[in-house]
Amino acid sequence: MESHADTASQPMIVMEAVEKSYGAFKALTNINLTVRQGERIVLCGPSGSGKSTLIRCINHLERYESGKIIVDGIHLGDDMRTVDAVRREVGMVFQSFNLFPHMTVLQNCILAPMRVRGIVRAEAEGIARALLDRVKILDQADKYPAQLSGGQQQRVAIARALCMQPRVMLFDEPTSALDPEMVKEVLDTMIGLAEDGMTMICVTHEMGFARQVADRVIFMARGEIVEQAPPEEFFRNPKNERTRAFLGEILHH
Amino acid sequence: MTQDAFLFLLNGLLWTVGLSAIGFAGGTPAGLAIALARTTAPGPLNRAAAGYIAVFQGTPLLMQLFVVYYGLALIGLKLDAWVAVAIGFTLHASAYLGEIWRGGIEAVPRGQTEAATALGIRYVSRMRDVVLPQALKISLPATIGFLVQLIKGTSLAAIVGFTELARAASIISNQTFKPLLVYAIVGVLYFALCWPLSIWGARMERKLAAASR
Ligand SMILES: Nc1ncnc2c1ncn2[C@@H]1O[C@H](COP(=O)(O)OP(=O)(O)OP(=O)(O)O)[C@@H](O)[C@H]1O
Ligand SMILES: [Mg+2]
Repeated sequence: MESHADTASQPMIVMEAVEKSYGAFKALTNINLTVRQGERIVLCGPSGSGKSTLIRCINHLERYESGKIIVDGIHLGDDMRTVDAVRREVGMVFQSFNLFPHMTVLQNCILAPMRVRGIVRAEAEGIARALLDRVKILDQADKYPAQLSGGQQQRVAIARALCMQPRVMLFDEPTSALDPEMVKEVLDTMIGLAEDGMTMICVTHEMGFARQVADRVIFMARGEIVEQAPPEEFFRNPKNERTRAFLGEILHH
Repeated sequence: MTQDAFLFLLNGLLWTVGLSAIGFAGGTPAGLAIALARTTAPGPLNRAAAGYIAVFQGTPLLMQLFVVYYGLALIGLKLDAWVAVAIGFTLHASAYLGEIWRGGIEAVPRGQTEAATALGIRYVSRMRDVVLPQALKISLPATIGFLVQLIKGTSLAAIVGFTELARAASIISNQTFKPLLVYAIVGVLYFALCWPLSIWGARMERKLAAASR
């Protein structure tokens, strides 16, 4: 896929020497990462290696203790002002969808635009319908999440995040909770987003997706970034031994 | 039994309903505040709410009413019986409802709060639009169960002079010397009030269990 990554403009995400602990346990160690605008990153690594923690620091779902995170020029501090500003620019999609079960698909999509951006209902609904159409689920707009399949729910979750018109999208294993036959519809939606130039960080073990979409694949282990390379190189010639062991395991299953 | 006596009992029933309504109306906002403090407030406020629940769940309602009415009068704060009862029932109901709703809030999956937070939705809307509707639905059977307890608990208001249903019953039974008949009628009245609520609560519980399967 042609890369949209823009080398000239300011980076979209900068992480500098970021550290994060849970009590005595060090979940992130010296994370340095720069994501350019339009760049597509796939983040992989064994369970417990800190992938979720890393992306959750970017929208401050987890607080980082030291280092620096800058998103779209905003230095993410502990104050609600910068946290709110960053969250308005960053959308997130979770493994377990996390749709609001007591609201219809459309209501799920308009809540944040109305409450956070202060958009009036009619306008929010217009935006939501356009995005539901884009993820090919507009015909389900008035249903409740429980009435949809997993793949449909995840596409709604993507549309809901897009309704805030974010500049960055974070995906935390968006297809891991899905039945195999539904993985493709979600990946296709994500590929569509990537083609439109969205800056994305995807935690996923879908290596086909990584090959097709990623500008860069990052491998983490024990809270550190161990290796990063364009997918071609990453899969053909992994340098680190732990990367090789990891790839050997997931590619043979 | 005369018609007058029966009307007297019905009047008592009205008081019982009214006192329950006061307890519930006062207990709802205070209970919500307690539940929110228990689930989302920082340390000191959270501990204060926990202490409040412990005190008012750990002492008899009768004693609480006594303290509010007679106790405060002893230190010079003479409250109207109405006010004393409203305060007493509000304290009592808010502690129980607060604890019930705390459980409901904690039963809402973490991912709900996280998704709302990631969307940039702030505390008030996150609670009002996302968490509480789900939490209250989960808590509805227990809430109705407490309401039934509260209705029966209003009989204790007799100690500060209210002639609610139970007190009315004892007055009429003393006058008519037909305690069996009087208490049978009163039993039926209580039952008619509480039974539909119990049925409703049980039905909600079944519906929730089915929905979560
Ligand atoms: N809230 C928490 N409290 C304590 N430890 C935590 C917490 N969240 C994560 N951890 C620990 O931090 C480490 C990194 O967790 P994280 O969820 O980031 O891993 P991950 O790479 O996303 O793993 P997975 O592939 O299983 O999702 C793990 O060892 C985990 O046990
Ligand atoms: Mg994870």
